[in-house]
Amino acid sequence: MTNFDPAFFVEVLVGGLLSGVMYALVAIGFVLVYKTSGVFNFAQGAMLLFAALTFVSLVEKGVPFALAFLVTLAVMALLGIAIERTVLRPLVNKPPITLFMATLGLAYVLEGSAQLLWGTQVHGLELGIDDKPFIIHGVLISSFDLFAAAVAAGMVALLAFVFQRTRIGLAFRAVADDQFAALAVGLRLPVIWSAVWIAAGFVALIAGLLWGARLGVQFSLSLVVLKALPVLVLGGFDSIPGAIVGGLLIGATEKLAEVYLGGYVGGGIESWCAYVFALGVLLIRPQGLFGQRLVERA
Amino acid sequence: MERHRKKTSFLSGLAASLTLFAGALTTSASADEQFFPLQSYRVGPYAAGGTGFFGGTIDYFNLINSRDGGVNGIKLTWDECETQYEVERGVECYERLKSHANIAAWNPLSVGIAYAMIDRITQDKVPLITINHGRTDSTDGRVFPYVFPLLLNPYSETSGIINYIAAKEGGEANLKGKKIVVLYHGSPYGKETIPIYELLSKKLGFTVQQIEVPHPGNEQQAQWLTIRQAKPDYVVLRGWGVMNPVALKTAQKTGFPADHIIGNVWSNSEEDVIPAGDAAVGYTAITTQASGAEYPVLQEIVKTLYDSGKGNLEDKKRIGSVYHNLGIVNGILNVEAVRIAQEKFGKRTLTGDEVRWGFEHLHLDEKRVADLGAKGLFHSINVTWDNHEGDGRVTFQQWDGKKWKVVSDWIAPDWKLLRPIIEKSSEAYAKEKGLKIRSAGDADKVTSIDVKGESTKN
Repeated sequence: MTNFDPAFFVEVLVGGLLSGVMYALVAIGFVLVYKTSGVFNFAQGAMLLFAALTFVSLVEKGVPFALAFLVTLAVMALLGIAIERTVLRPLVNKPPITLFMATLGLAYVLEGSAQLLWGTQVHGLELGIDDKPFIIHGVLISSFDLFAAAVAAGMVALLAFVFQRTRIGLAFRAVADDQFAALAVGLRLPVIWSAVWIAAGFVALIAGLLWGARLGVQFSLSLVVLKALPVLVLGGFDSIPGAIVGGLLIGATEKLAEVYLGGYVGGGIESWCAYVFALGVLLIRPQGLFGQRLVERA
Repeated sequence: MERHRKKTSFLSGLAASLTLFAGALTTSASADEQFFPLQSYRVGPYAAGGTGFFGGTIDYFNLINSRDGGVNGIKLTWDECETQYEVERGVECYERLKSHANIAAWNPLSVGIAYAMIDRITQDKVPLITINHGRTDSTDGRVFPYVFPLLLNPYSETSGIINYIAAKEGGEANLKGKKIVVLYHGSPYGKETIPIYELLSKKLGFTVQQIEVPHPGNEQQAQWLTIRQAKPDYVVLRGWGVMNPVALKTAQKTGFPADHIIGNVWSNSEEDVIPAGDAAVGYTAITTQASGAEYPVLQEIVKTLYDSGKGNLEDKKRIGSVYHNLGIVNGILNVEAVRIAQEKFGKRTLTGDEVRWGFEHLHLDEKRVADLGAKGLFHSINVTWDNHEGDGRVTFQQWDGKKWKVVSDWIAPDWKLLRPIIEKSSEAYAKEKGLKIRSAGDADKVTSIDVKGESTKN
């Protein structure tokens, strides 16, 4: 960069922040499951693929948009219940690494099943949001990214409401704080876990539709988890606000690094510089910016 | 010999998934067959390209078997082994299938897998076909006797694209002062053309800026904002998979016009433009084979195979798509190499080295291409012992929102300019590896099988 252009800097920054919102949308799905069950759900990307592929296939078969959304939501709910019954329940009280490995296997099963059911073709997905840019004070803004940001804000508000104001939300928080205490006061863990996985399925559907509109609905959707991982490390695995702030920070950092530093090191650095940034935070604050600090008593 | 027919149906999808873990099915060898091991990918991130390409090749093999009873009575057989486009799986498939008798040629459709196989297949003396891709310097048959980047190597592709832009601008002289950005996939494949773009920019007077997109390319905001600031006249898209639709969408998002984006040969399929929706309208891409199902060979495939439920593609709408047609052209080139080798060595099952000889004499002029029912599908090819690309011509197609439309004549890359660069690179490779530079006489020495089944040299 020979001449620093402030307007261009702001443009890159805003673009990065809006991209970060898209990463946060994926990260929220991870947080939901981790916060309430302590399981790092590696299958979140596969769920996203499964949801988007189901939705777009229904639409292509002539099912109206709204009905396809509801049917896909129902499918994801059934999937959540099935995961709880067949994968999580038999593994109750097993070490976290066992549960993690189970979700890793689940990811492969879901990816294979999605392609088996709906085929391997690439599908276009139009949500009716015009993605032509508009300019404010010389800064280019994407209308689609603004829409995605609004959806993310709505989803965070909805989740905050559910967690703070509803009985099931209180139950989620109780289970997250102490599973044994929650059991002792009569909360039914299987029901709560099913509800959590259904909620994760809902988040996967929303994120899948937005990412699908951007990438096309195809296998690569399952790889967007790679964008969410540094967000989780940075924001903390159990904090929804952390996922949002982490997403914004990662998005802005990687875009600015790519544009202003990439040229000096051959370019193509954004995929790994996000991890470097997250690693730096991890060394200083292992629980992430917003994660709960675990205190273990001897 | 129908065991190899593979319908990409729901059940075959299940089979494909299972073979991910089960590996390749082996088949018993027969004296009157010519075997093609196919390291295909029908699941995973690049499945759309894999199903189209391998579907096309298998459709053509099936057509030859059904219509002609094979090549001069020798049936074509094959087994698929799922690679998911991963190098380690591709090598595993090679190890599993290499012991099969009567192997004609390998067709992995993967730069990474091809790179990993070069030493192995050279030792085995079996051709490795890298149609439209692979190492540019493997064009030099003096150093790479068994590798064939048929039709188009990456440098020829670059030259073809620059020639097309020059034609649009009214001649090479008008390229002076123009600015071209190359947006390339962050992989060995993507980086292959960096030096040739630099060289052509110096020779023709345009400026070039080359920008990398990290794999898989599902996020390109930073790259396209950089492009927006650079204000280039053209952007060359050298992508693969999801990188392509994302590039087109992000270009629209940052206000760059699609009709000034020129895609390379792996950014030219329906799978690249359909997900981009309106953002792809006007986008132009290079190709070695036209799309569409109006060509006689396609019509025969439809009539002989698809009308009787024997076609390989699950979705008939994909017949005549870019990848399907590339697969068919690949099938034609493989079959004709076998046919040419049979004329020399006898109408029997051939050794891999004999098929190599066939590829090195693969001359299909426009008349022969028309006789094969492929007039207009591809132009011609003229492979020799030292030119393993075969001087393929290219054309350009523009996406109108529903289908590709051809917008140029067949264009020849600047082979005279490229050949010395290729030879310099291949000779350096030979020196590094301690390889002997082959002569025309060496190329005519062929390992055959005598009546007792033992190897001999002709």
